[in-house]
Amino acid sequence: MGVKIFSEKCKGCKLCIKACPFNAIVMKDGKAVLNDNCTGCGACETSCKFKAIIVEKVEKETKDLSGYKGVWVFAEQRNGKLMGTAFELIGEGRKLADKLGVELSAVLLGYNVAGLTDELIHHGADKVILAEHPELKLYTTDGYTKVITDLVNSKKPEIILIGATNIGRDLGPRIAARLDTGLTADCTKLEIDDEQKILLQTRPAFGGNIMATIITPNHRPQMATVRPGVMKKMSADSSRKGIVDKVDVVLDKKDIRTVVKEVVKSAKQAVNLIDAEVIVSGGRGLGNPEGFKLIGELAAELGGVVGSSRAAVDSGWISQDHQVGQTGKTVRPKIYIACGISGAIQHLAGMQSSDCIIAVNKNPDAPIFDVADYGIVGDLYKVIPMMVEEIKKVKEA
Amino acid sequence: MKIIVCIKQVPDTNEVKLDPKTGTLIRDGVPSIINHDDMNALEEALKLKDRYEDVEITVLTMGPPQADVALREALAMGADRAILVSDRAVAGSDTWATSNTLTAAIKKIGSYDMIFCGRQAIDGDTAQVGPQIAEKLDLPQVTYVQKMEVKGDTVTVQRALEDGYEIIDVKMPCVLTAIKELNSPRYASVSGIFDAYREKNVEVWSAKDIEVDLAIIGLNGSPTNVRRTFTPDPKGKGTMIPGCDKGTVCELFNILKEKHII
Ligand SMILES: Cc1cc2nc3c(=O)[nH]c(=O)nc-3n(C[C@H](O)[C@H](O)[C@H](O)COP(=O)(O)OP(=O)(O)OC[C@H]3O[C@@H](n4cnc5c(N)ncnc54)[C@H](O)[C@@H]3O)c2cc1C
Ligand SMILES: Nc1ncnc2c1ncn2[C@@H]1O[C@H](COP(=O)(O)O)[C@@H](O)[C@H]1O
Repeated sequence: MGVKIFSEKCKGCKLCIKACPFNAIVMKDGKAVLNDNCTGCGACETSCKFKAIIVEKVEKETKDLSGYKGVWVFAEQRNGKLMGTAFELIGEGRKLADKLGVELSAVLLGYNVAGLTDELIHHGADKVILAEHPELKLYTTDGYTKVITDLVNSKKPEIILIGATNIGRDLGPRIAARLDTGLTADCTKLEIDDEQKILLQTRPAFGGNIMATIITPNHRPQMATVRPGVMKKMSADSSRKGIVDKVDVVLDKKDIRTVVKEVVKSAKQAVNLIDAEVIVSGGRGLGNPEGFKLIGELAAELGGVVGSSRAAVDSGWISQDHQVGQTGKTVRPKIYIACGISGAIQHLAGMQSSDCIIAVNKNPDAPIFDVADYGIVGDLYKVIPMMVEEIKKVKEA
Repeated sequence: MKIIVCIKQVPDTNEVKLDPKTGTLIRDGVPSIINHDDMNALEEALKLKDRYEDVEITVLTMGPPQADVALREALAMGADRAILVSDRAVAGSDTWATSNTLTAAIKKIGSYDMIFCGRQAIDGDTAQVGPQIAEKLDLPQVTYVQKMEVKGDTVTVQRALEDGYEIIDVKMPCVLTAIKELNSPRYASVSGIFDAYREKNVEVWSAKDIEVDLAIIGLNGSPTNVRRTFTPDPKGKGTMIPGCDKGTVCELFNILKEKHII
């Protein structure tokens, strides 16, 4: 087991050094050699143009995976209302199912939720697998895991997508562990490999500094979670037809080992960054918490919402629910205005697919300008008040 | 009460930078820390130990020999026992394989009332290992624990949701995963640090010691494989609007209007 470099084939091109996420390859006498940092991840193997690197694998008996067909998405609902991620996953699942030429099913669990099936079909599902039971009214790890794994075992889908909400992240690994299959968390891109017809799951790795494409070659289903806001939903088409497959649920109170005594909604108005059309974000460049007043003023003029970088959150200037980025929200508004934000890769991860990005930063070399559609180099305390004034003028006109 | 806390030593990713020329991570000199959420898990266990008699805390990690430092830190904070599972055979594990290894180690430890993990490790952000261990030990789980209280054999937990929280009762033994809202981790005292190096020891276990099937650990036991890694391409540079005065702002809005963005 492990990585082997055949030095007679190595041409010293250093491509593998670039590919290695662990700094585990060094040059010695013009040849690549491994050091102790090697984890055996195999990222170098494909980078080598000369087949000088081989990751030795114990030959696994290849299981017959052909019995697994179809793409499933978990249609999360809370309190009888579907979560946005359900539609986003259907949008993405649709593409995967079309590419594979298979059916797309939305898996809906709950109690008295049959009224939601149309919505799922209108957004792109071919079929809704509907599992209703009083014990499924509220989410529980045990109840949902049992019902979904039973369904998977009888219907055998090849792909399952789950939204990476606080519920999806509780459920996904539990299901994957029970099914003994892999689960790739927080994917930002999903594709089907042209030849092998397997799912290519791309996600940020190492604090978002690099991207990794992950595959689940020998296990089924291939499971992935996707963070809310990352994928685009399709617009609803009320003429779309689909079928509802109402399944029998075998579930006993005893199967559920936790008791949900109460669900408490926080009194604070939730910041709705994900659905906002305009977001004005502030970063460490604001210099102090008062800066967010100015940001708020501009956001209000544009009918938008206030976002922030993590640095501003960590400084205690604004609460975490405003944070955009890899560990915050993923947003794709029509207009994203970044003020005093440098544009670290983890921040970009959450906003770079916005339709129009405007950056205000006093440093002309700030990386935010690499993703901005429009940039202004200058002091935000000068530029933003002028913007506020200008919008007022536009509105009056 | 016997508590096992799973901690992971991770590079402080705040300090990880990309080499702009080669596009690789600069890892040299990046300090290793105990994963943040795991510190919260450990702190909560220590708080139970402060409050109740007969609480015994074992910290468990799977990692390279250097992870000894993380375990010593946990001992210095007040943990009673520390176990490092270290073996070349576990290298390259994905979360499924990692949880197999940790589960085997937990089975060898034998008795436990509570297994505490962090919600997620900052090096991968996957948040999978806790629930996977719970499944493999056939225990109930509560993730995203932001507040908790133990009464008899029941733990009452506030589980954070995006827009509030749930109040959940779960009987021990169970698996919990901590988030940072749970508490603020203490610092190790000087005498604690002294004890951690002089009085206490770190037990090192190999894959053989924990009697785990080699086919379900390490790179070869992992259902997921990394096919390739790459640095994302920056999107093309946009338009810089020259100047920084009224005219600049005016021009910006003219463009936005022209393109029907506003
Ligand atoms: C695992 C991990 C996850 C992370 N997740 C996130 C995340 O989700 N979201 C996130 O944002 N970050 C995240 N980060 C942190 C990220 O790496 C950066 O540290 C952070 O985004 C920096 O925030 P900033 O741009 O506000 O601050 P800085 O990088 O300090 O930038 C401040 C900018 O303001 C400019 N400036 C200063 N004064 C003015 C002025 N008067 N007028 C105009 N411009 C001015 C400066 O030129 C500078 O470019 C994460 C990091 C890690 C390791
Ligand atoms: N190698 C490891 N050793 C010990 N605990 C771990 C390890 N990997 C993950 N964990 C635990 O599982 C939690 C979730 O990790 P992850 O699934 O990697 O995000 C962490 O916060 C730790 O508590």
